[in-house]
Amino acid sequence: MPTFEGFMYPNEIELQWSVLIVLYPFLTGLVAGAFILASLERVFRVEAVKPTYRLALLTALAFLLVAPLPLQLHLGHPERSLEMYLTPHRSSAMAMFGFVYLWYLMAVLVLEIWLDYRRDIVMLAQSSTGWRRLLYRVLTLGSYNISEAALDLDNRVGWIITVIGIPSAFLLHGYVGFIFGSIKANPWWSTPLMPVVFLFSAMVSGIAAVMLIYMVVSRIRRTPIDMRCVDAVAKYLFYTFIIDFTLEMLDLIHRIYESDESFRSLDFMVHTRLFLSQVILQILLGTVTPILLLAVTQVFKLSEAVRKRIYSLAGSLTLIGILAMRWNVVIGGQLFSKSFLGYTTYKMGLWAREGLATAIVLMLLPIFILWVLVKILPPWPEKEKGLLSHAASAGD
Amino acid sequence: MKFKDAEHLLRMAFLFVAGLIVFVLLRNALVPRSFGQYGHYRGDALGEIKARPVAYAGHGTCETCHSDVLEVKDKGKHTHVACESCHGPLAKHADDPTAVQPEKLDTRVLCVRCHEANSAKPKSFPQVVSADHSAGLACNECHKPHTPVIEAEAKATGGKKK
Ligand code: HEC
Ligand code: HEC
Ligand code: HEC
Ligand code: HEC
Repeated sequence: MPTFEGFMYPNEIELQWSVLIVLYPFLTGLVAGAFILASLERVFRVEAVKPTYRLALLTALAFLLVAPLPLQLHLGHPERSLEMYLTPHRSSAMAMFGFVYLWYLMAVLVLEIWLDYRRDIVMLAQSSTGWRRLLYRVLTLGSYNISEAALDLDNRVGWIITVIGIPSAFLLHGYVGFIFGSIKANPWWSTPLMPVVFLFSAMVSGIAAVMLIYMVVSRIRRTPIDMRCVDAVAKYLFYTFIIDFTLEMLDLIHRIYESDESFRSLDFMVHTRLFLSQVILQILLGTVTPILLLAVTQVFKLSEAVRKRIYSLAGSLTLIGILAMRWNVVIGGQLFSKSFLGYTTYKMGLWAREGLATAIVLMLLPIFILWVLVKILPPWPEKEKGLLSHAASAGD
Repeated sequence: MKFKDAEHLLRMAFLFVAGLIVFVLLRNALVPRSFGQYGHYRGDALGEIKARPVAYAGHGTCETCHSDVLEVKDKGKHTHVACESCHGPLAKHADDPTAVQPEKLDTRVLCVRCHEANSAKPKSFPQVVSADHSAGLACNECHKPHTPVIEAEAKATGGKKK
């Protein structure tokens, strides 16, 4: 039995939403953020970030595939989750998740990736052998037409899908924020700012993740990092981060100024049980530090090596900060009593179904899926492709 | 734009339509017929629940045979507590008293279910911290379950103060 102090209602003593429910908004946030970065390139034609375009799409797909798993593991009867498709309940935001998810997965991500890769898929279907050949053949859907006109059409349709995709990505993650923001019984969650804050923190985490993944992948492949690209991505990270931070501060100041009946209780919580994860990890280490680091790169002219280091450090801190933010929202929102007179603690199991080990596996799984996706659909830019497909066919 | 150049898109569109049709068919096959008849649930469920055997006989039924117990209970503080909230569902016993005997109750488990002290319960409700109050003794060593308040003379002889 978890320890608690003061007055808790019996149903508040034990937390219902575990570390897996912390992961869920973190994962969908990465999806939405990565996708929005990719869309920037496509819709606004930002040439500089092009090297990350496909990588960002694949990252989004890899994380999206894992995103429902923490929810499934949280359910007592995971098989019943499918019933939200069969008998949808329109008055429940949570019950609509299936459709938001499916729409984003199939109508946006899979389609966009397919259209973008079609030329490669057709070429790989002709050059590869064995099971790979079979796979690529299936992916071509039996159409090998990669004429100028066909590709041009793909490009235009892809553009439309991206344009639809941006609001869809906003919907996907805004929805996650909405779930929390609309719980009117919980003053820690209930604010209409929640979806917006979630959205911007999602973009921040997604951009940081793609930047890091791009740098790590370049390192593994021993190819030089395109600094023009990383600089541009870091600049976006900086700007979105400032908006995100402003929004979070707005929320905070608003709460402090309003000082409603929940304030003393929440304030106490932030100064005690959430001090480490909120003040230290989320705000100081995970937000202020990376913003300052990125500001330094914007103001001073630094050498490439130094910038790379700063970007890696800022990116990693950002991810830690956003994860801490999800933690503080999900876990923090359950630590205090609705009576505002008591506080409980969250004890995370290690090997439990919703424990730490599961959480770590769920964090590593998308990386593994990404690795497989990158093997199947290499995201490298045009000029290296000849080399690569050559190497692939020679290697296998 | 020639048709040939859009062919792959049509194939993809066909896949989506096929997926949609499969979904609609599956939905038709899997969603129970009576779903939504009255609300967001299976209409037949009502009939099925109604057909289930009755488990609780109800206070009035016990009364017909155990009026002696009822008379006692009505004098005590448990007068508003129904027989079966302590004795459990006994419809089968009420139908055939000799064939189905109620189980003996363990008051150590039974009474704390309602009376264990908990800050969420209203202050006016009688509560004890059982570990301090009875120290492992069965509650009916001192309290009569049907008239639980211990009278003054009993207090003088055996019962220790809470
Ligand atoms: C049809 C008459 C009848 C009804 C109705 C009835 N009982 Fe009984 N009950 C009896 C009889 C007779 C016995 C004694 C059985 C024996 O000793 O063989 C008995 C025994 C008991 C006992 C066990 C007494 C002991 O000495 O262990 C309990 C407890 C009890 N009944 C509770 C109830 C409750 C609670 C209800 C209402 C749900 C109920 N009964 C309804 C006739 C009835
Ligand atoms: C507060 C809980 C409680 C309620 C309410 C209650 N009982 Fe009991 N009853 C007990 C306990 C405890 C015993 C003694 C343990 C045992 O013998 O199983 C008991 C014993 C009995 C007995 C056995 C003989 C006796 O009189 O001691 C009968 C018969 C009985 N109850 C019937 C009833 C009926 C009928 C009602 C409803 C009018 C009722 N009880 C309500 C707890 C309760
Ligand atoms: C189903 C819940 C329930 C169970 C089980 C139960 N009680 Fe009670 N008890 C009550 C209620 C309700 C009252 C009346 C409270 C009031 O008057 O406000 C009460 C009153 C009492 C009182 C009177 C307290 C006072 O001074 O006013 C005592 C003593 C008591 N119960 C002891 C017991 C014992 C001993 C048992 C086990 C045999 C038991 N109760 C089982 C619900 C329960
Ligand atoms: C050693 C004898 C003894 C035992 C065993 C015992 N009690 Fe009591 N209990 C008393 C006495 C004496 C009182 C005070 C007289 C009264 O209020 O009826 C009392 C009072 C109570 C009260 C009323 C408290 C209040 O605030 O008014 C409750 C409820 C109660 N007991 C429940 C239990 C429960 C539940 C158990 C079993 C876990 C139990 N008792 C076991 C002797 C005992």
